[in-house]
Amino acid sequence: MSGNGENMKSGRLDVRKTYKMLIGGAFVRSESGRALDVNAPGGKWLGHVCRASRKDFRNAVVAARKAASGWSNTTPYLKGQILYRAAEMLEGRATTFREVLQSIGLSPAAAKTEVTQAIDLLVYYAGWADKYLQVFGSVNPVSSPYFNFSVTEPMGVVAYVAGEKRPLLDLVSGIAPIVAGGNTVITLSTGRAAVAAMELGEVLATSDFPHGVINLLCGLREELVGQMATHMDVNALVTQGADAKESAASREACALNLKRFFPREANGKGDEDPYRILDTVEIKTTWHPVGG
Amino acid sequence: MSSSLAVSTNLNLQAHPVDEVGIRERVARLATRSIKKASKVEGLKLALSMVDLTTLEGADTPGKVRQLCTKAIHLHSGRKDLPMVAAVCVYPTMVRIAREALQGTPIQVAAVATAFPSGMNPLAVKLEDTRYAVAEGAHEIDMVISRGDFLRGDYGRVANEIEQVKEACGKAHLKVILETGELGTLDRVRLASDIAMQSGADFIKTSTGKIQPAATPEVVLVMLQAISDFYRKTGKRIGMKPAGGIANAKAALNLLIMVREVLGPAWLTPSLFRIGASKLPNDMLMQLEKERTGVYQGLDYFSND
Amino acid sequence: MTETSISTKGSNWGYAPAPESADHFKLKEQYGLFIGGKFVPAGSGKRFATINPANEKTLAQIADAGEKDVDKAVKAARTAYDKVWRKMSGRERGKYLYRIARIIQEKARELAVVESMDGGKPIRESRDVDIPLAAAHFFYHAGWADKLGYAFPGKSASPIGVAGQIIPWNFPLLMVAWKVAPALACGNTVVLKPAETTPLTALLFAEICQEAGLPDGVFNCITGAGSTGAALVKHPGLDKVAFTGSTDVGKAIQKSLAGRSTKLTLELGGKAANIIFEDAAIDQAVEGIINGIFFNQGHVCCAGSRLLVQESVEQEVVEKLKARMEHLIVGDPLDKNTDIGAINSKAQCERIRDYLKVGQDEGAELFQTKCPVPEKGYWVRPSFFTKVAQSHRIVQEEIFGPVLAIQSFRTLDEALEKANNTPYGLSGGVWTDKGAKIFKVTRGIKAGVIWANTFNKFDPSSPFGGYKESGYGREGGRHGLRPYVELS
Repeated sequence: MSGNGENMKSGRLDVRKTYKMLIGGAFVRSESGRALDVNAPGGKWLGHVCRASRKDFRNAVVAARKAASGWSNTTPYLKGQILYRAAEMLEGRATTFREVLQSIGLSPAAAKTEVTQAIDLLVYYAGWADKYLQVFGSVNPVSSPYFNFSVTEPMGVVAYVAGEKRPLLDLVSGIAPIVAGGNTVITLSTGRAAVAAMELGEVLATSDFPHGVINLLCGLREELVGQMATHMDVNALVTQGADAKESAASREACALNLKRFFPREANGKGDEDPYRILDTVEIKTTWHPVGG
Repeated sequence: MSSSLAVSTNLNLQAHPVDEVGIRERVARLATRSIKKASKVEGLKLALSMVDLTTLEGADTPGKVRQLCTKAIHLHSGRKDLPMVAAVCVYPTMVRIAREALQGTPIQVAAVATAFPSGMNPLAVKLEDTRYAVAEGAHEIDMVISRGDFLRGDYGRVANEIEQVKEACGKAHLKVILETGELGTLDRVRLASDIAMQSGADFIKTSTGKIQPAATPEVVLVMLQAISDFYRKTGKRIGMKPAGGIANAKAALNLLIMVREVLGPAWLTPSLFRIGASKLPNDMLMQLEKERTGVYQGLDYFSND
Repeated sequence: MTETSISTKGSNWGYAPAPESADHFKLKEQYGLFIGGKFVPAGSGKRFATINPANEKTLAQIADAGEKDVDKAVKAARTAYDKVWRKMSGRERGKYLYRIARIIQEKARELAVVESMDGGKPIRESRDVDIPLAAAHFFYHAGWADKLGYAFPGKSASPIGVAGQIIPWNFPLLMVAWKVAPALACGNTVVLKPAETTPLTALLFAEICQEAGLPDGVFNCITGAGSTGAALVKHPGLDKVAFTGSTDVGKAIQKSLAGRSTKLTLELGGKAANIIFEDAAIDQAVEGIINGIFFNQGHVCCAGSRLLVQESVEQEVVEKLKARMEHLIVGDPLDKNTDIGAINSKAQCERIRDYLKVGQDEGAELFQTKCPVPEKGYWVRPSFFTKVAQSHRIVQEEIFGPVLAIQSFRTLDEALEKANNTPYGLSGGVWTDKGAKIFKVTRGIKAGVIWANTFNKFDPSSPFGGYKESGYGREGGRHGLRPYVELS
């Protein structure tokens, strides 16, 4: 966040940015009209972000479900290109992102690392989009006259709760494997990380992702994780940095529709890992007779 | 099926795809039926009553044919509880001999005709062949289809031949041999069955016995299913005759199981089901003797006619 | 020679009883729990009877494990894991599994007969499917034990620890194999709880482990009902729980594991659509319907319990299905000609009969075959419903019996929409002669196992498991190893 007054010297008042969430390709405020303050680590007030409501989440699920079929049927090559395009767009805005990250308390060095890692991570998963099936699929040598093979298929709609420690990287490292796997995603960013998330929305919106494939919410973790875990039209929940209580509650709530649940630690390990793609895909096995 | 069919003939050939793997699995499942004791004895007798006892050698002589006819009437000396076979199947020149030898019995005389086994003669010759066999006294004519015409897609010609041979048969029953071993796929077996039934076949028959593979259970099953569909659509019961390569009593019983479960008991009669064979009856007789005596048998104790 | 023409009357020839003999082995009067390599009685001394559902006679008395027994079993498994199994080389572990596979093959007939007596399934299936597949599963996984380094590219696999495994009554020994073989191959030890109505082959399997010289405590078997299973799931000493059974119980297990790091895989219910297109090989499709719903009395989670048939061939398919069904022989599971055996238990039989009533009350039309059924025991004739709507309970809920719901469709899209209109996603079937359509439909069905022009086929190398409320995790194949390893 920037534009809090230094430029007063020039006698011109800055035009501040209103951060909006990304739902179904549209930039929206929370339908609830609520906002949250974002403060720098020292306590300095930086501005507002939306406080997403249950209904915002529900709307995001509808958008994500609508986009799911199209995205899952997008060719792997094109998925890779779109992820790569996101990397390109982020690279083009690297300076801005560094400034944003610094404004919410990252050191210049940390901000730089985070932005470059996020860009490289997008490139990394862009490359996996048309390869993981080859690595993780299989042809199975059954002992009967059948051609039998197992492929990956996206689970559908995935909810992702990002940690705050690495405001940009925690989000990108969650989104990239989920969408590379052909799922659509609804993310929740909280605290100061919400600022980076909303900024990322502007990158994603210009990087050829079809509307609804990536939906970015920001708000309160305790308000929305439970909704994500119980929603009957969400196929998987991935969380980062949950405490024991939240994880236990999520695992229990996910039992409602046997939503797949993957709690990940917020230790920054394993960002580059194709097995993360495997978390949110199903294995489908097909039997086909071999005869004349 | 291609639309050209409709042009060449009045045939109404709907596509009836056959899945080979599915057929094999059904055959395997049918083969798990366990036929024991009374059911085995009854089944073997039933199967014997359905045999078309066959000799189709270039070396056939009146003596050989008479010997075969004796076997057809008395399958095993000393057993009075055995049925006679359904028919004796011979070349046209042997029909008269067989008729004489079988005088006074219900055993039918079947003649192979239409340039058996290849069918590679002009239609006029085939019709003459048929008329000759009927005139000699054949009750049944086993004709071959023109596989060459069939394989190059001239189904109308194949159908037309069958129709004309049927006409030449007069009152004689017509069995149409598809020679399935030359057709290549089960889809084609199905198609040939449909053509034969629509063109007037009373029976459809797998093979001449001169080509391998012959009456495989897979081919038999496909043909039985074709007969079932034909009955469902027309109400007309067509007979079935597997011939060639039916090795033993177990195989014969498996055929009965297939008929029972695919077509139902109405087909379990020699008037609708036949088994073409020459050596097979002795194996069935050995099994019957084993059931009677409790002792496994040897072929030296059964007449080889 | 009085006959003048050949007979034109069809014969009513049929099949005489052909019972499989059960005189080559003898069951014990009672079986203990298998803990630490020995059979021991339950701490409480309690026992329950396992009966033959085909005649309601008691087969044996079975120890009823309580919490303390569960604790002993988990501790035995832990000791075996720490002291023996995790340290053993993969190659040696594999050799134990090979031994087990071989002994299952050697004892195949005994196992098949006991399986049919205890569970009610026809001997044709236990002999030709359950037992050979169980042996094959051990044989397949034996070979993985020393090759896990190749199973997970870029990662190193290590065992998880002690696995608690709860299996159902529909494929008793086969489920033992599905659960135990991958767990042991990957270096874990096991506490298994078989279903209370079908414990015998799991106990015979324990004897096989003894014969194979499997180190004590690597495999433990505790018998009992739901409370035993609940005690096992609750035990804090488990690193992994694997469950096959109903969706409701699966959800309860997931809830009870909340707050623990215990890993979980679930293989649950299903309501699979079997889709027949007008261009299918109809006779083979009909056979596929039979295999789909009447295999194992319909006690199959992946059963093709919803038939979706294209309207243009609906009448033909239904006619042929009826005719085919009339040849299904219901009765003595030990008769080699029996197609449909006994319903596994009185409770299940009542449940199925309830659904038959529910279906009719909802306005669907019931067809049942006319075959005779024995007086004693639990039986349901092969059945199907027509005139059913998507909203009917018999379309929505898993019946787990020989009851098929038939619906028609007009277009491919409609078929897929109906097929996927369910919380389940275990399996599906498609029948068409057109290759391109097969792949469109197999991709379109949201389920873990799709059979094209076949149904209910299984193989140890073929991953099995569900989408959505049919559970998660795979069993079989390379993917089936994943639930039993930690990756680093």
